[in-house]
Amino acid sequence: MRDPLLIWSYLAQGPLLWLTATLVAYLAGDACFRATGRQSWANPVLIAVILLALLLWLTGTDYATYFEGAQFVHFMLGPATVALALPLYDNLPRVRKAALPMLAALLAGSATAVVSALLIARAFGISGPVLASLAPKSTTAPVAIGIAERIGGQPTLTAALVLLTGIFGAIIVTPLLNALKIRDWRARGFSVGVAAHGIGTARAFQVNETAGAFSGIGMGLNAVLTAIIAPLALRLFGG
Amino acid sequence: MISTLAIILSFQLIGEVISRALTLPLPGPVVGLILLVLTCILRPSVAAHIRGTTLGLLQHLSLFFVPAGVGIVAHRDLLREDGVALMLALIGSTVLAIAVGAWVFAAVARWTGSTDPEAQKGPNDA
Repeated sequence: MRDPLLIWSYLAQGPLLWLTATLVAYLAGDACFRATGRQSWANPVLIAVILLALLLWLTGTDYATYFEGAQFVHFMLGPATVALALPLYDNLPRVRKAALPMLAALLAGSATAVVSALLIARAFGISGPVLASLAPKSTTAPVAIGIAERIGGQPTLTAALVLLTGIFGAIIVTPLLNALKIRDWRARGFSVGVAAHGIGTARAFQVNETAGAFSGIGMGLNAVLTAIIAPLALRLFGG
Repeated sequence: MISTLAIILSFQLIGEVISRALTLPLPGPVVGLILLVLTCILRPSVAAHIRGTTLGLLQHLSLFFVPAGVGIVAHRDLLREDGVALMLALIGSTVLAIAVGAWVFAAVARWTGSTDPEAQKGPNDA
């Protein structure tokens, strides 16, 4: 019998262990999600993140080591974004018909996301680079980080805020819009894509394909609009 | 499956090159998405070819956010100082943005007559 420490030191170096752990943690999260009857609070991303964070803490593994393995999963974000072309193509007739509602909801949702975040944070005494890091948090991570750098924010803080926004948006969207009695899948999907980017879009796809397609469009359009709105809003409401 | 992956990666690659060459505000994968939609319009057979694998990939879109999500824990000290205020801003603005966005969409769809009876949530949907 080899010393288990030797096996551990081998595993701790390569990508195999943390790649496997990421997939298994996600499957556990997805199983919880299904077991609760697809309740939005049992968000598979949130459950997987908590499980992996616990595991990293218990084994004393740092994030850089974890990411060596997990980068293969992370890489798939790009191809998955390209893949959103198919539901968009499938829903094109629907999308053409909804041009005006989409444009109006994009402007309203995007401006609300940026301005209300800045006003609430300012009311609680946040200012400077932290405020600038918060401004683009509703848009997809690579765009948000680019915007934050341009307006004087901290990219890593922005990345964390973007993910938390996505997870929270994905959890709240179903009960919130049920309470507001909004039944149009297009409106439900589009608004969560604008407010909570790809994680909101992932949630929308779990529920309805039309909602998912509109969510993907909302995410894409808001990536462009936030690049324009965030610097303006920061100048006007950033104090 | 491999040919679909090759198609998707090629579009991402072309999108990345265009985005960087023209210094667009859009990230490469979003440019690749737009190009792939245009290709599907011109050649519907492409859409049929990539359908199975692509929809399978999108079924598990959540998975791909997990590694970055674990990064929040790595940067928890960043959130320690202003954590409560940032969380309140994040929660408040996300609730408002979803509510306002969905309400405006539904209201404008009614005014402009672009409602879609087939895209309504039924009483038994999640």
